[in-house]
Amino acid sequence: MTVSHSSLRRGFIGHFCSAWTWRMAWRDSRTSRKKLALFSCSIVLGIAALAAIGSLGRNLEQAIEEQTKALLGADLVINSRDDFTPEESRWLEGLGGEQSREVSFSSMIYLPRTGSTRLVQVRALSGGFPFYGKLDTEPVSAAVDFRRGGGALVEESLLQQFDAKAGDPIRVGKLTARIVGRLEKVPGETVALSTIAPRVYISMEDLPGTGLIQTASLARYRVYFKFGPGVDVPKLVERIRPELEKLHLGHDTVEERKRELGRSMDNLYHFLNLVGFIALLLGGVGIASAIHVHVQQKLGTVAVLRCLGGSIAQTFAVYLAQGTALGLFGAALGGAVGIAIQSALPRVLADFIPFTFQFHTAWPAVGRAMAIGFTICLLFALMPLLTVRRVSPLAALRASFEPVRARPDPWRWLVGACLAGGIAGFALLQGRNWRVGLGFAIGLGVVFGILTVTAKALVWLTRRFIPATLPFTARQGIANLSRPNNRTLSLLLSLGLGTFLMMSLYSVQRTLLAQLATSTSQHRPNAVLFDIQTSQEQAVIALVRSLNLPVLDDTPIITMRLSSVKGHPVDSIMSDRQGRGRRWAYRREYRSTYRDQLRDGETIVAGKWVSRVADGTKVVPVSLEQGIARDLQVGLGDELVFDVQGVPVTTRVASLREVEWRRIQPNFFVVFPCGVLESAPAMHVLVTHVNSSEESARLQRETVKAFPNVSAIDLTLVLQTVDSILGKISFVIRFLAMFTVLTGLLVVVTALMTGRYQRLQESVLLRTLGASRGQIYRILLVEYFSLGFLAALTGLLLAMLAAWALARFVFHAPFAPDFASLLLALLIVPGITVIAGFLMSRGVLSHPPLAVLRAEG
Amino acid sequence: MNPPTILDVRGLTKRYPNADGTLTVLDDVSFSLPAASTCAIVGPSGSGKTTLIGLCAGLDLPTSGEVRLDGVQLGALDEDGRARLRGEVVGFVFQIFQLIPTLTALENVMVPLELRGQNGARPQATALLDRVGLGARLSHYPAQLSGGEQQRVGLARAFINRPKILFADEPTGNLDAETGRVVIDSLFALNAEAGTTLVLVTHDLDLAKRARNSIRLKGGRIIAGE
Repeated sequence: MTVSHSSLRRGFIGHFCSAWTWRMAWRDSRTSRKKLALFSCSIVLGIAALAAIGSLGRNLEQAIEEQTKALLGADLVINSRDDFTPEESRWLEGLGGEQSREVSFSSMIYLPRTGSTRLVQVRALSGGFPFYGKLDTEPVSAAVDFRRGGGALVEESLLQQFDAKAGDPIRVGKLTARIVGRLEKVPGETVALSTIAPRVYISMEDLPGTGLIQTASLARYRVYFKFGPGVDVPKLVERIRPELEKLHLGHDTVEERKRELGRSMDNLYHFLNLVGFIALLLGGVGIASAIHVHVQQKLGTVAVLRCLGGSIAQTFAVYLAQGTALGLFGAALGGAVGIAIQSALPRVLADFIPFTFQFHTAWPAVGRAMAIGFTICLLFALMPLLTVRRVSPLAALRASFEPVRARPDPWRWLVGACLAGGIAGFALLQGRNWRVGLGFAIGLGVVFGILTVTAKALVWLTRRFIPATLPFTARQGIANLSRPNNRTLSLLLSLGLGTFLMMSLYSVQRTLLAQLATSTSQHRPNAVLFDIQTSQEQAVIALVRSLNLPVLDDTPIITMRLSSVKGHPVDSIMSDRQGRGRRWAYRREYRSTYRDQLRDGETIVAGKWVSRVADGTKVVPVSLEQGIARDLQVGLGDELVFDVQGVPVTTRVASLREVEWRRIQPNFFVVFPCGVLESAPAMHVLVTHVNSSEESARLQRETVKAFPNVSAIDLTLVLQTVDSILGKISFVIRFLAMFTVLTGLLVVVTALMTGRYQRLQESVLLRTLGASRGQIYRILLVEYFSLGFLAALTGLLLAMLAAWALARFVFHAPFAPDFASLLLALLIVPGITVIAGFLMSRGVLSHPPLAVLRAEG
Repeated sequence: MNPPTILDVRGLTKRYPNADGTLTVLDDVSFSLPAASTCAIVGPSGSGKTTLIGLCAGLDLPTSGEVRLDGVQLGALDEDGRARLRGEVVGFVFQIFQLIPTLTALENVMVPLELRGQNGARPQATALLDRVGLGARLSHYPAQLSGGEQQRVGLARAFINRPKILFADEPTGNLDAETGRVVIDSLFALNAEAGTTLVLVTHDLDLAKRARNSIRLKGGRIIAGE
């Protein structure tokens, strides 16, 4: 006979698309729809994060495109570290257009009303900058008022810090001005940046009155240009580039700013995406685990369908349809949640985005996140779903029949490869730098791998070595970890990954802060006075000593530029399009010093240190930091000629030094021996140690009063500033990591829920056999606590490993684990697991066994 | 003229690997059944009865020997081919009913026809359920039916695709005597109406006597056949 029903001859695609498959999938899900909906929640937050971040990315892109000119505030900016000479000024004026000038420098301000001092960035402005966009101020008129002279526009954070307000006097150097308003935003600059040195705008005509700009003062001079519509700025820049290079002038155009900003926003966007992706992957693990249990419960139905004539493809299509529906539901819900939360992201990231923009839903980004989420969900679901294909119809006849064949399934390998490829591909796309992407994918694989191996090892160990001497409840609880359909793997993965993410972020933050904190310890320099003129040097030293503070270091700084390297003039090196070494190394202004000995934190790695030379030495032996020597492509014995404020000084590289840049002390690329630069105009940096914030405030106050041009940096303030910036960064990361942690919790709930029926059966049997509720509680307590504790322990060890590696190889800082918070995590994670476990099991314990059996039966 | 052979079993042997080496569940079993006949397979627990009907229905493949079902050699078909053949010519009644718990009584009965993509499953299933006395319980789920009712749904499902051969594995094994009698009466009545070959696995010797032929198994071998 022949068998020729069209339905039975259909291929898999045909079956998957048939109405009956979806009808059967719908019918079959009757008792598990709520559970399936809950399973799909595992991916919701991951998709939501990706959708919200995707929308943000599009919005940023669009905002950069729309607000390009406002990001720079001008068509062109030309800047210099030195005041423009009359000749340069004439040349600049000749470029035409509307011009605005700015001089910016670090200095101390003093608020007489409160007696407070603070290092700020002073900006003296003339002209109409910003030409595009505006200075956001309160009141709005303040953006204009300060330009009239006698007024200062002060950063919001500074006013808040010292409880100052408009109308208060403020001293900038010798100038006493009136605060005209609060500065909220400057076009193209982030608020986070101003945390380090708050900005204070004054009028250019008030600058001489401050008395702060003196010889060798560290200031930056800018000219902002606004050209008429007929001027092609990129072409103009191309035309004037040789002149700019000759005069050592820097420049910035709208296009360059757009590129830089786009790049940094892209990096932010890709980084956030990777964090969101982790949440999605964890959700995928939850899906796989839940579908595994779902499929195990459906094996009987599959066997019956196969017995009744259903083909492998037909039965598989039914359950794949359920997986697909689950993925679609999760993706849709994730998209909706993403749209709902996306408006929160700009607020979270406000300090890191240098412009304001109207937030709107970017539908393509939401669609992309949903597509990625759906694909990941389906791939994870496919792993357990493939089991359906291996169910023998014989299982319908024999309950004891082993339903799944053990032979390897090539489809499982294929799905695994697709999953691994997809994850690595996504990471590579986000990483931009392929090494970062690959590192992320491998790192994630290692973390998943270690957690999986730990879970498997735990199952293996508990199956074999449960001490018989343990009490009954402890033995039962531990044995639950390795029983069929246990939740050990999914719980260890979700809890472990959540713990790993949160604790590694926390540990990195701790390490960075601890590194700074050591610099404030006893006898280490922790306060720096700079911008001291040579004529003020002795008086400042006397002042410091009069306050009973030690002078730990007094370093002269002389500014200079390179004029030739190994006999080649810098200009010809710069015009060599091939370029040799790094261009900035040739063009930069060198702030060098002279001394007769090496400092702590400096080591000679090649050549010989020369401490002093005789008067009239023609070729001065200098010591170069090894990094700058590499950038200049010079070695021992090579000749460098410096232009020391108009005087050529020929030098020879006598030694190469390794410098610990992290040390709180003035560090230098080039160190001269004594006997050469003593008569050159210099600025001095003086380092001391203060024991308290009161001492620090006193030092700053007295210094500002006596020497208005001298600035002081208090490292406790730097510490607070870094803490505040790290706090802002870690808030953003934690905000996104919360998606992962919440997903982990959802996976935990899902895992506990899928095991609920089994727990119910077991506890009902135990209670029927006479176990008390207390004993059942203790069994569950042991099981959930062991799982939570082991997950936390594994996650913590991985986090410590990651934090150590980051500290060692990225931040080059000593690893500083915080044992108190580690211990706290070791209590919190098992605590959450136990609470969630008991909440999921409450029906099991609060009803008489018979009632529970009937309800579940 | 003799009726054609619906089931022909030759030298059927099934072995499973186990901890001690190999377990022989069926050992060189041969028999054949003509169409529309009834046959009881009896024997003690572990004698290989269920394995035998599993192999006869193509649910598994023998270690050696061959099964020819409705003229088709099962060993020559792949899994889907055997499933297709089952959908065409085989009906099943199980000891533990094996209704799909998420489907109503009506939907359970419709499934074999739906799997074949055949139209008109609903009226046929409704008629069959009516025929077994469950016309009023169409939309009940298995959990809402008694054991006897569940097995009668199982009977309706077994006959919906008009099978040429019906395998019933201990159909009264999970039922009390009275309910079991009602179910068996329905089974034989439906069988007679449809002219189906009935292969019945049972411990119950009285039930076995209602079949025209019987095969007695012990230790995987036929020790008597009539």
